[in-house]
Amino acid sequence: MHVPDGFLDAPTSTATAVVAIGCVGAALVGARKELDDKTAPMAGLVAAFVFAVQMLNFPVGAGTSGHLMGGALAAVLVGPFTGLLCVSVVLLVQCLLFADGGITALGTNILLMGVATVLVGWLVFKVLQATMPKRLALVPAQAGIAAFASVPAAALLFVGLYAVGGTADISLDKLLTAMIGVHVLIGIGEGIITFLAVGAVIAVRPDLVYGARRVLARRELEIRSEVTA
Amino acid sequence: MRTRWFVAAGVLVALLLAGVVSSYASGSPDGLTKVSEDHGFADTEESRDALLGDYGSVTGVVGVLVVLAVAGGVTYAVRRRGSD
Repeated sequence: MHVPDGFLDAPTSTATAVVAIGCVGAALVGARKELDDKTAPMAGLVAAFVFAVQMLNFPVGAGTSGHLMGGALAAVLVGPFTGLLCVSVVLLVQCLLFADGGITALGTNILLMGVATVLVGWLVFKVLQATMPKRLALVPAQAGIAAFASVPAAALLFVGLYAVGGTADISLDKLLTAMIGVHVLIGIGEGIITFLAVGAVIAVRPDLVYGARRVLARRELEIRSEVTA
Repeated sequence: MRTRWFVAAGVLVALLLAGVVSSYASGSPDGLTKVSEDHGFADTEESRDALLGDYGSVTGVVGVLVVLAVAGGVTYAVRRRGSD
Protein backbone atom coordinates (compact mmCIF):
# COMPACT_ATOMS: atom_id res chain seq x y z
CA MET A 1 0.00 0.00 0.00
CA HIS A 2 2.99 2.30 -0.39
CA VAL A 3 1.59 5.68 -1.42
CA PRO A 4 3.80 7.38 -4.05
CA ASP A 5 4.37 11.11 -4.40
CA GLY A 6 1.54 12.83 -6.24
CA PHE A 7 -1.51 10.89 -4.98
CA LEU A 8 -2.18 13.37 -2.17
CA ASP A 9 -1.77 17.15 -2.38
CA ALA A 10 0.95 19.08 -0.53
CA PRO A 11 -1.15 20.35 2.42
CA THR A 12 -2.44 16.84 3.18
CA SER A 13 1.04 15.33 2.87
CA THR A 14 2.42 18.00 5.18
CA ALA A 15 -0.32 17.34 7.72
CA THR A 16 0.26 13.58 7.71
CA ALA A 17 4.01 14.19 8.06
CA VAL A 18 3.44 16.34 11.14
CA VAL A 19 1.12 13.75 12.71
CA ALA A 20 3.54 10.95 11.84
CA ILE A 21 6.46 12.81 13.45
CA GLY A 22 4.36 13.26 16.59
CA CYS A 23 3.45 9.56 16.67
CA VAL A 24 7.04 8.40 16.13
CA GLY A 25 8.17 10.84 18.85
CA ALA A 26 5.60 9.37 21.24
CA ALA A 27 6.77 5.88 20.26
CA LEU A 28 10.39 6.79 21.07
CA VAL A 29 9.26 7.80 24.57
CA GLY A 30 6.87 4.89 25.06
CA ALA A 31 9.27 2.26 23.73
CA ARG A 32 11.57 2.89 26.69
CA LYS A 33 9.06 1.10 28.93
CA GLU A 34 8.85 -1.88 26.56
CA LEU A 35 12.55 -2.31 25.85
CA ASP A 36 15.15 -3.68 28.22
CA ASP A 37 18.48 -5.42 27.63
CA LYS A 38 16.64 -8.67 26.90
CA THR A 39 13.97 -7.40 24.49
CA ALA A 40 15.99 -4.75 22.59
CA PRO A 41 17.64 -7.30 20.25
CA MET A 42 14.16 -8.61 19.33
CA ALA A 43 13.18 -5.20 17.94
CA GLY A 44 15.94 -5.19 15.33
CA LEU A 45 14.99 -8.71 14.32
CA VAL A 46 11.27 -7.85 14.04
CA ALA A 47 12.02 -4.86 11.80
CA ALA A 48 14.33 -6.94 9.58
CA PHE A 49 11.72 -9.71 9.40
CA VAL A 50 8.91 -7.30 8.48
CA PHE A 51 11.10 -5.79 5.74
CA ALA A 52 11.87 -9.25 4.31
CA VAL A 53 8.26 -10.45 4.40
CA GLN A 54 7.06 -7.21 2.79
CA MET A 55 9.03 -8.30 -0.29
CA LEU A 56 6.89 -11.45 -0.55
CA ASN A 57 3.89 -10.26 -2.54
CA PHE A 58 1.16 -12.87 -2.65
CA PRO A 59 -1.60 -12.96 -5.30
CA VAL A 60 -5.08 -11.76 -4.32
CA GLY A 61 -7.31 -12.36 -7.30
CA ALA A 62 -6.76 -11.50 -10.93
CA GLY A 63 -3.68 -9.40 -11.60
CA THR A 64 -3.41 -8.03 -8.08
CA SER A 65 -1.06 -8.78 -5.21
CA GLY A 66 -0.62 -7.78 -1.61
CA HIS A 67 2.02 -7.99 1.06
CA LEU A 68 2.33 -7.90 4.82
CA MET A 69 2.13 -4.51 6.49
CA GLY A 70 3.37 -5.89 9.79
CA GLY A 71 2.12 -3.33 12.32
CA ALA A 72 -0.04 -5.82 14.25
CA LEU A 73 2.69 -8.48 14.12
CA ALA A 74 5.32 -6.06 15.42
CA ALA A 75 2.99 -4.76 18.16
CA VAL A 76 2.28 -8.27 19.46
CA LEU A 77 5.95 -9.33 19.32
CA VAL A 78 7.67 -6.26 20.79
CA GLY A 79 4.90 -3.95 22.05
CA PRO A 80 2.94 -1.21 20.25
CA PHE A 81 5.42 1.66 20.73
CA THR A 82 8.46 -0.40 19.73
CA GLY A 83 6.36 -1.96 16.95
CA LEU A 84 5.67 1.48 15.46
CA LEU A 85 9.40 2.26 15.56
CA CYS A 86 10.15 -1.02 13.74
CA VAL A 87 7.61 -0.43 10.94
CA SER A 88 8.69 3.22 10.61
CA VAL A 89 12.31 2.17 10.08
CA VAL A 90 11.17 -0.33 7.43
CA LEU A 91 9.16 2.37 5.62
CA LEU A 92 12.04 4.85 5.85
CA VAL A 93 14.54 2.41 4.32
CA GLN A 94 12.06 1.37 1.59
CA CYS A 95 11.44 5.03 0.76
CA LEU A 96 15.09 6.17 0.74
CA LEU A 97 16.83 3.14 -0.79
CA PHE A 98 14.12 1.54 -2.96
CA ALA A 99 11.90 4.53 -3.90
CA ASP A 100 9.05 2.37 -2.54
CA GLY A 101 6.64 5.01 -1.30
CA GLY A 102 7.10 8.72 -2.01
CA ILE A 103 9.38 11.07 -0.06
CA THR A 104 6.59 13.58 0.55
CA ALA A 105 4.31 10.57 1.21
CA LEU A 106 6.55 9.09 3.93
CA GLY A 107 4.40 10.60 6.69
CA THR A 108 1.27 9.26 4.96
CA ASN A 109 2.79 5.79 4.71
CA ILE A 110 3.90 5.81 8.36
CA LEU A 111 0.34 6.82 9.32
CA LEU A 112 -1.29 4.15 7.14
CA MET A 113 1.00 1.13 7.49
CA GLY A 114 2.53 2.03 10.85
CA VAL A 115 0.23 3.98 13.15
CA ALA A 116 -3.10 2.64 11.84
CA THR A 117 -2.11 -1.03 11.73
CA VAL A 118 -0.29 -0.90 15.08
CA LEU A 119 -3.17 0.92 16.76
CA VAL A 120 -6.01 -1.18 15.33
CA GLY A 121 -4.00 -4.39 15.58
CA TRP A 122 -3.03 -3.82 19.21
CA LEU A 123 -6.57 -2.70 20.20
CA VAL A 124 -8.24 -5.74 18.61
CA PHE A 125 -5.58 -8.01 20.14
CA LYS A 126 -6.16 -6.58 23.64
CA VAL A 127 -9.95 -6.85 23.32
CA LEU A 128 -9.64 -10.50 22.23
CA GLN A 129 -7.25 -11.23 25.10
CA ALA A 130 -9.60 -9.62 27.59
CA THR A 131 -12.66 -11.53 26.39
CA MET A 132 -11.17 -14.95 25.67
CA PRO A 133 -9.69 -17.53 28.07
CA LYS A 134 -6.17 -16.64 29.21
CA ARG A 135 -4.30 -19.36 27.36
CA LEU A 136 -0.95 -19.13 25.62
CA ALA A 137 -2.18 -21.36 22.78
CA LEU A 138 -4.74 -18.68 21.82
CA VAL A 139 -2.23 -15.84 21.39
CA PRO A 140 -1.23 -16.62 17.75
CA ALA A 141 -4.90 -16.75 16.65
CA GLN A 142 -5.68 -13.53 18.51
CA ALA A 143 -2.71 -11.87 16.80
CA GLY A 144 -3.85 -13.22 13.41
CA ILE A 145 -7.39 -11.85 13.79
CA ALA A 146 -6.01 -8.49 14.95
CA ALA A 147 -3.69 -8.39 11.91
CA PHE A 148 -6.58 -9.21 9.57
CA ALA A 149 -8.61 -6.29 10.94
CA SER A 150 -5.70 -3.84 10.70
CA VAL A 151 -5.41 -3.98 6.88
CA PRO A 152 -8.92 -2.79 5.85
CA ALA A 153 -8.56 -0.16 8.61
CA ALA A 154 -5.47 1.21 6.85
CA ALA A 155 -7.35 1.11 3.52
CA LEU A 156 -10.22 3.04 5.11
CA LEU A 157 -7.81 5.68 6.37
CA PHE A 158 -6.30 6.01 2.89
CA VAL A 159 -9.75 6.70 1.42
CA GLY A 160 -10.33 9.26 4.18
CA LEU A 161 -7.07 11.02 3.32
CA TYR A 162 -7.92 10.85 -0.38
CA ALA A 163 -11.27 12.48 0.31
CA VAL A 164 -9.42 15.37 1.96
CA GLY A 165 -6.45 15.76 -0.36
CA GLY A 166 -6.63 13.39 -3.35
CA THR A 167 -5.23 14.98 -6.53
CA ALA A 168 -7.62 13.29 -8.99
CA ASP A 169 -11.34 13.94 -9.20
CA ILE A 170 -12.67 10.40 -8.83
CA SER A 171 -15.70 8.74 -7.25
CA LEU A 172 -14.96 8.25 -3.55
CA ASP A 173 -17.70 5.62 -3.24
CA LYS A 174 -16.08 3.49 -5.91
CA LEU A 175 -12.63 4.09 -4.39
CA LEU A 176 -13.91 3.01 -0.97
CA THR A 177 -15.49 -0.18 -2.31
CA ALA A 178 -12.42 -1.12 -4.34
CA MET A 179 -9.92 -0.36 -1.55
CA ILE A 180 -11.84 -2.22 1.17
CA GLY A 181 -12.58 -5.14 -1.17
CA VAL A 182 -8.97 -5.83 -2.13
CA HIS A 183 -7.61 -5.10 1.35
CA VAL A 184 -9.97 -7.55 3.04
CA LEU A 185 -8.29 -10.20 0.85
CA ILE A 186 -4.81 -8.87 1.63
CA GLY A 187 -5.86 -8.85 5.31
CA ILE A 188 -6.45 -12.61 5.16
CA GLY A 189 -2.82 -13.04 4.05
CA GLU A 190 -1.70 -10.63 6.78
CA GLY A 191 -3.63 -12.66 9.35
CA ILE A 192 -2.18 -16.00 8.24
CA ILE A 193 1.43 -14.70 8.17
CA THR A 194 1.00 -13.09 11.60
CA PHE A 195 -0.57 -16.27 13.04
CA LEU A 196 2.36 -18.37 11.76
CA ALA A 197 5.08 -15.94 12.84
CA VAL A 198 3.71 -15.40 16.36
CA GLY A 199 3.06 -19.15 16.67
CA ALA A 200 6.65 -19.93 15.70
CA VAL A 201 8.12 -17.59 18.33
CA ILE A 202 5.71 -18.85 21.01
CA ALA A 203 6.71 -22.45 20.26
CA VAL A 204 10.38 -21.68 20.92
CA ARG A 205 10.59 -18.67 23.24
CA PRO A 206 7.14 -17.55 24.46
CA ASP A 207 8.81 -15.16 26.93
CA LEU A 208 10.06 -13.07 23.99
CA VAL A 209 6.48 -12.29 22.83
CA TYR A 210 5.43 -8.98 24.41
CA GLY A 211 1.72 -9.71 23.94
CA ALA A 212 2.04 -13.08 25.71
CA ARG A 213 3.69 -11.75 28.87
CA ARG A 214 0.56 -11.44 30.99
CA VAL A 215 -0.74 -14.85 29.93
CA LEU A 216 2.67 -16.34 30.63
CA ALA A 217 2.97 -14.67 34.06
CA ARG A 218 -0.44 -16.02 34.99
CA ARG A 219 0.49 -19.53 33.83
CA GLU A 220 3.70 -19.51 35.88
CA LEU A 221 1.77 -18.36 38.94
CA GLU A 222 -0.65 -21.25 38.50
CA ILE A 223 2.15 -23.80 38.11
CA ARG A 224 3.97 -22.47 41.16
CA SER A 225 0.86 -22.47 43.32
CA GLU A 226 0.20 -26.07 42.32
CA VAL A 227 3.73 -27.05 43.32
CA THR A 228 3.50 -25.41 46.71
CA ALA A 229 -0.02 -26.72 47.39
CA MET B 1 17.27 -21.48 23.17
CA ARG B 2 19.34 -18.50 24.26
CA THR B 3 18.15 -15.08 23.13
CA ARG B 4 21.34 -14.48 21.14
CA TRP B 5 20.85 -17.69 19.16
CA PHE B 6 17.18 -17.04 18.69
CA VAL B 7 17.85 -13.59 17.21
CA ALA B 8 20.63 -14.98 14.99
CA ALA B 9 18.30 -17.71 13.69
CA GLY B 10 15.58 -15.13 13.07
CA VAL B 11 17.92 -12.88 11.10
CA LEU B 12 18.97 -15.89 9.02
CA VAL B 13 15.30 -16.60 8.23
CA ALA B 14 14.80 -12.94 7.21
CA LEU B 15 17.89 -13.09 4.96
CA LEU B 16 16.62 -16.29 3.30
CA LEU B 17 13.16 -14.78 2.75
CA ALA B 18 14.61 -11.62 1.18
CA GLY B 19 17.44 -13.33 -0.72
CA VAL B 20 15.79 -16.53 -1.95
CA VAL B 21 12.04 -16.79 -1.35
CA SER B 22 11.46 -13.28 -2.74
CA SER B 23 12.18 -14.56 -6.29
CA TYR B 24 8.88 -16.45 -6.06
CA ALA B 25 6.85 -13.40 -5.01
CA SER B 26 3.96 -12.25 -7.19
CA GLY B 27 4.93 -9.60 -9.70
CA SER B 28 1.40 -8.24 -10.05
CA PRO B 29 0.71 -4.66 -8.92
CA ASP B 30 -0.25 -4.41 -5.25
CA GLY B 31 -3.73 -3.50 -4.01
CA LEU B 32 -3.36 0.28 -4.05
CA THR B 33 -1.49 0.35 -7.39
CA LYS B 34 -4.18 -1.82 -9.01
CA VAL B 35 -6.98 0.34 -7.61
CA SER B 36 -5.20 3.47 -8.88
CA GLU B 37 -4.99 1.92 -12.37
CA ASP B 38 -8.63 0.79 -12.38
CA HIS B 39 -9.95 4.08 -11.05
CA GLY B 40 -7.94 6.47 -13.17
CA PHE B 41 -5.47 8.07 -10.80
CA ALA B 42 -2.37 5.97 -11.48
CA ASP B 43 -1.06 8.76 -13.74
CA THR B 44 -0.91 11.20 -10.81
CA GLU B 45 2.05 9.22 -9.44
CA GLU B 46 5.35 11.09 -9.53
CA SER B 47 7.90 8.28 -9.71
CA ARG B 48 11.64 8.55 -9.16
CA ASP B 49 14.72 6.35 -9.50
CA ALA B 50 15.64 4.14 -6.57
CA LEU B 51 19.06 4.52 -4.98
CA LEU B 52 19.49 0.75 -4.72
CA GLY B 53 17.45 -0.25 -7.78
CA ASP B 54 14.56 -2.71 -7.66
CA TYR B 55 13.94 -5.32 -5.01
CA GLY B 56 16.02 -8.39 -5.84
CA SER B 57 17.99 -11.06 -4.04
CA VAL B 58 21.08 -8.91 -3.46
CA THR B 59 19.31 -5.61 -2.79
CA GLY B 60 16.84 -7.44 -0.54
CA VAL B 61 19.66 -8.83 1.60
CA VAL B 62 21.23 -5.35 1.77
CA GLY B 63 17.85 -3.94 2.79
CA VAL B 64 17.43 -6.50 5.58
CA LEU B 65 20.88 -5.67 6.97
CA VAL B 66 20.29 -1.89 6.78
CA VAL B 67 16.90 -2.23 8.53
CA LEU B 68 18.45 -4.50 11.17
CA ALA B 69 21.22 -2.00 11.85
CA VAL B 70 18.98 1.09 11.97
CA ALA B 71 16.13 -0.47 13.98
CA GLY B 72 18.58 -2.31 16.23
CA GLY B 73 20.51 0.91 16.81
CA VAL B 74 17.45 3.00 17.61
CA THR B 75 15.93 0.48 20.01
CA TYR B 76 19.32 -0.25 21.61
CA ALA B 77 19.69 3.47 22.28
CA VAL B 78 16.25 3.97 23.89
CA ARG B 79 16.21 0.77 26.01
CA ARG B 80 16.41 0.76 29.81
CA ARG B 81 19.97 -0.15 30.61
CA GLY B 82 21.12 -2.73 33.09
CA SER B 83 17.65 -4.12 33.64
CA ASP B 84 18.68 -7.68 32.88
